[in-house]
Amino acid sequence: MYTSFSDLLADGKEQGLPLWQLIQQDDCREGNISTEESWKRMAAMYAAMKASDSSYDGKQKSRSGLVGGEAEKVKRAREKGNLLVGDFLGRVMERALRVAENNACMKVIVAAPTAGSCGVLPAVLISLEEKYLGEGRNPEDLQHSLVESLYVAGGFGGIIAARASLAGAECGCQAEIGSASSMAAGAAVTLAGGSTEEAVHAAALAMKSLMGLVCDPVAGLVEVPCVKRNVIGAVNALTAADMALSGIRSKIPADQVMDAMRSVGREMNEDLRETGLGGVAATETGKAVRKRMTKPGLQ
Amino acid sequence: MNIFDIVGPVMVGPSSSHTAGAVRIGSVSRKLFGKSIRSAEILLHGSFASSGRGHGTDRALVAGLIGLSVDDPRIPEALELAEKQGLSVTFGTIDLGEDAHPNSACLRLHGDDEKDAMEIVASSIGGGRIMINAIDGLAANFSGDCPTLIVHNLDQPGHVAEVTSMLQHKAVNIATMQLYRNGRGGHAVMVIECDQEIPTDSLTWLSKLEGVEKVTYYSPAEG
Repeated sequence: MYTSFSDLLADGKEQGLPLWQLIQQDDCREGNISTEESWKRMAAMYAAMKASDSSYDGKQKSRSGLVGGEAEKVKRAREKGNLLVGDFLGRVMERALRVAENNACMKVIVAAPTAGSCGVLPAVLISLEEKYLGEGRNPEDLQHSLVESLYVAGGFGGIIAARASLAGAECGCQAEIGSASSMAAGAAVTLAGGSTEEAVHAAALAMKSLMGLVCDPVAGLVEVPCVKRNVIGAVNALTAADMALSGIRSKIPADQVMDAMRSVGREMNEDLRETGLGGVAATETGKAVRKRMTKPGLQ
Repeated sequence: MNIFDIVGPVMVGPSSSHTAGAVRIGSVSRKLFGKSIRSAEILLHGSFASSGRGHGTDRALVAGLIGLSVDDPRIPEALELAEKQGLSVTFGTIDLGEDAHPNSACLRLHGDDEKDAMEIVASSIGGGRIMINAIDGLAANFSGDCPTLIVHNLDQPGHVAEVTSMLQHKAVNIATMQLYRNGRGGHAVMVIECDQEIPTDSLTWLSKLEGVEKVTYYSPAEG
């Protein structure tokens, strides 16, 4: 697995291959599987992401009762034309909430990179698919590009895992929503037809904007604030991708950004790393929910 | 780690450690038990005990015990399904000590026969990966990712050689191997993770050797 963006960029130059293919070949070599088999599995991941969006039910509630119906509210506002951010970003928001709410309600999702951040990639990719189809892009080519973009997301996630972490318990939410956002930014640039360098800059820009984000789940549950943080992860991925596609460059190289994320994670107090003891989990309301949810008598 | 650990797995939410890992603990336990389970006493430790309810850890463990996989949409209904299958489940909490991983559980399983009983202590160590820590009170650290042979034997010379030469004979390569004993000349246990499956007749042969008290085999294959 690649452990640095600079190696990935250097290999791309040397071998004249696109990012997704370098990442795929490297993974197939290590896992001893054929590129055809690998492609099939990645295509199945995208199909599972779409299913994790379409299985949404606006009436469902999580076991704690804290989560449910949020995406439905955004949908209604969007359909009335009431959203400040407009239709496209409205759809992104709605989708991030749909998938993340499904996760909180024990439905089938794709952990990418984690269950708590499962709404980010589907929100970005499925919404872009919808937009490009509307603009008349060839559906077959588009499907191909979507799977390619998932390889880029996976490869970028692997680099972040190697240099920092993908676990809230280790480096806070910057390692979960931050990483998902960084991965999705690279994927979005790929889907938009941007260059290899632009994809890497987008990943760096996305992570810089979420650096320092703490993991503070109320009652230790993947619900508050996790579900709604998927929205900022998705929107931030798109704005980072657009910045990179416009020619903006991250002044700090992507590898160094991920190293900095690790240092920040290490400096975070344990209360802010998934223990549910700091941040919004430690507020008066957060503590009251915890008390209610940890009463004895399971089931 | 491969790319499908990062984009994936496909799983029932909400948490890879509290839900997907818990399903895996249940399913590895089911395979280790090897017979139909009639009753299960599930004791939760640490974070499994404190936030297990909100994460569906209880349902996820039972889902694994009745053979559901991590992406089975029936996981939320696992308690009802277990009841229908005649598996009675009780829940409680346990303190496994400071050294235990915060996401740990102790499963006490019983079959039709009174003799059929097994106690498994396991942890969910992150990203849906697990570790089986102990079986029937004896240490057994393995991941459930590859075929695993667990041999309980008397602590006397030659048993390791018997087992490893059988594996060589069957062209089974050893990935990891651990040896434990409770004291010189007492009871010992071997935990061997392998790259290939071990044939059933070899396991039967092994269980009949003098000094071998019990042979447990875990296969990650479906079913």
